[in-house]
Amino acid sequence: MKIELRNPNEVMKLSRLGSFHQSKLSFLRSFLSEFKDWEYKRDLFDLDNDGFGTAVYSFKKKERIYSLVCFANKISDDERSDRVIATKWDAAFTLHDGSPTKEDIERLKNEVPKQEVGRLSYKELTLSRANKSVRVFDHVVNNLSEGKQPDLDLLSSVGYLYRTTAVYGSGKFGLADRFRIKNREEINGPFRLEMMLVYLVRQFTFDQVNHVAKCKNPTKAVSLDKAICKNLGIGNSTGLGMAPFIVNHPTLLNNWILTRETALKKIREIQKVKPRDSLLFKDSLKKSLVNITSWNTESSYQQKKIKDLLKDVQKLIKFIENDFNFDADYPFNKIYLWLEQNACAECTEYVVSIMMEPFDNIIKPLIHQMSSDEDQYFNIPTSRKVHELKKILEDKYSEILNIDFDKKENNQKFWFISKNKEEPRLADRYIEQGSELEQPLAIARDIKKLYKRIEFLEKDSSIAEFLTNNSDLRHIVRRAFIIEKFPYSEIQDNTISESIVPIDMLRLKLSFFGALKFDPRSDKWLRICMFQGAPLPTDLKNYDDQWVYNLD
Amino acid sequence: MKSLSEIDTTSKRASRASGFSWGIAEEVGKNIRLLELFGLPGVKNLTQYYLDRKSKKYEDLKIINQKNISNTLAFCPIIAGTSFLDQSKKIEDFKELTFENLAYPLLFLPFLSRSSELIGKKISLAFDKNQFLMNLNVNILINNYPGQIIPLAKKLEIKILDNEDSFTEIEWKNLYTLSEETFVEETESLKQSGAGAGLTDND
Repeated sequence: MKIELRNPNEVMKLSRLGSFHQSKLSFLRSFLSEFKDWEYKRDLFDLDNDGFGTAVYSFKKKERIYSLVCFANKISDDERSDRVIATKWDAAFTLHDGSPTKEDIERLKNEVPKQEVGRLSYKELTLSRANKSVRVFDHVVNNLSEGKQPDLDLLSSVGYLYRTTAVYGSGKFGLADRFRIKNREEINGPFRLEMMLVYLVRQFTFDQVNHVAKCKNPTKAVSLDKAICKNLGIGNSTGLGMAPFIVNHPTLLNNWILTRETALKKIREIQKVKPRDSLLFKDSLKKSLVNITSWNTESSYQQKKIKDLLKDVQKLIKFIENDFNFDADYPFNKIYLWLEQNACAECTEYVVSIMMEPFDNIIKPLIHQMSSDEDQYFNIPTSRKVHELKKILEDKYSEILNIDFDKKENNQKFWFISKNKEEPRLADRYIEQGSELEQPLAIARDIKKLYKRIEFLEKDSSIAEFLTNNSDLRHIVRRAFIIEKFPYSEIQDNTISESIVPIDMLRLKLSFFGALKFDPRSDKWLRICMFQGAPLPTDLKNYDDQWVYNLD
Repeated sequence: MKSLSEIDTTSKRASRASGFSWGIAEEVGKNIRLLELFGLPGVKNLTQYYLDRKSKKYEDLKIINQKNISNTLAFCPIIAGTSFLDQSKKIEDFKELTFENLAYPLLFLPFLSRSSELIGKKISLAFDKNQFLMNLNVNILINNYPGQIIPLAKKLEIKILDNEDSFTEIEWKNLYTLSEETFVEETESLKQSGAGAGLTDND
């Protein structure tokens, strides 16, 4: 049986993309899988009694070494802020290419804590900073120093000791350009070095908390239980900075979504499912209920989604246990069709992710197709004809072309780069100033504009001729020719409408990172947790691949 | 040191701020990145050009002809370059082109380099004492390294080069003869057991 890929017009709606969940394709899981047989080491741990100082962690295989350099600094409570405008953090980190020399560490000590206003070199690959969850960190230190393990309920309600507020890579602030390292086999997957940084930071947080507790009470202190560590991740606060990324990298976005859709299609096409595979699916699905019931948020928007998710997953489990036979042909196709009829989008996408668990043979080859050499698709094919462009717009943007941008609510917002932090922001064009400096992120509006401009042009005129007098639409002509080849490259929604929910864009990207427990704090930023439940570096060689669904 | 990614982004934003459309600004970002990657002073020339644009006017050359002459204002290298890139398939037939009065010719260079890749032919460019050979956007050969700002080229000559060998038949023959020394003479019995042996070709 041949199953068609899902329609981009449905998949690429923001509400659907904002319902995506982590899966085996997620970058943090593929990072662990790639680096599981690398040699992990703590090379330097030079912290004072209060936990301030320098530490270095590394992964090594043959001649290749990646080192996380950590700087923990004292800051006052009033300096601690998760906002991107902060200038000081409890700890700052960089991933160094190779083993840092003493000179490197001295250089980095001056630059890394400054983050965006510091300068890194081509020898550094990623950059980040993090703040303590002071409440949790202090609680853990106090208990460990008294010889006790911390309160698990408190830990479970937060999920981490530290949260990062940004992870930078790909040439930012002088970091190495991607082209310098793109041919390395071990990082043939998006954001792999960013994932490595976060993963090693997580270990640093455990080592630091143990160290401070030990210094506080050397005779009585105990270490944080390994099982507790495993259930802690790294938090992350994410704002709008992430949103334009998925608009600005259309072929990359396509490859992420296409691999996910291809995985689903191939799983639906399996005629006979082996008992051990169906068992693993059912087991993961049932165990994942803990992930849902321990998902805390104060956002009523997300609470409703979680409530619907829980209800629908329970309904699905009941259906599978009472009315379903995995021995029948194409069982996963039947489950998918059931979901389409009976479950919300949040649940459908949740189960799509879990369906991937038993099928390494399908998933692993796809992981290597998730990167993109975007420059390859940059040039506009200017010898093609206007009628071809018109057909692309009609075929690929059919719903976008129905939007009336003369209506205020469809043209309400604009994206801009803030002067103080050079970060993307979203504002109301009828209230705020600066819309004349709008970023080219209103794709739907500009597509409609392009369509109107070519609608009655002579069909055989070339794109080169069209561009001669329509330079203002050059960026959008480029995109139209990209979507022709990459069906999932475009969000099929209006990113400047009054009703846009920007966190849907963040959620999409974070789900591919592998984040859990999305916790929207407004419609413009959210908190998440990464690596919660993941194996510790010392246990990487032989870990449970379904760790995501085995939270205690 | 600035990364190429920073150079690309900043050049793009500066281009938009200097009045170019986002689409053209994207082209400039890629171009300056390319120049700097090839070791040419892209940032230097772009910065000075954008400073000049605040007080000077330049002519937009939107249609590329075989002879492109600007008598009053110098041509904007970015609009001329974009037009060249967009019309490169048509321009290919010209074989030779000239431009008179082109501002900041180094900013024009990456458009030619990218055009060279698009049409699959090498492109040579000469102005003043400078000669450049654009090799399918893989590299640029230069006779005289232009490390500084060049604000104007009075006359530029461009040649679209046919795909031809850079060596003589005799030179090739000599090389091939040498390469033959890695081959082994086959015996008669081996020849008879090779693929197709023993069959008639008319069966």
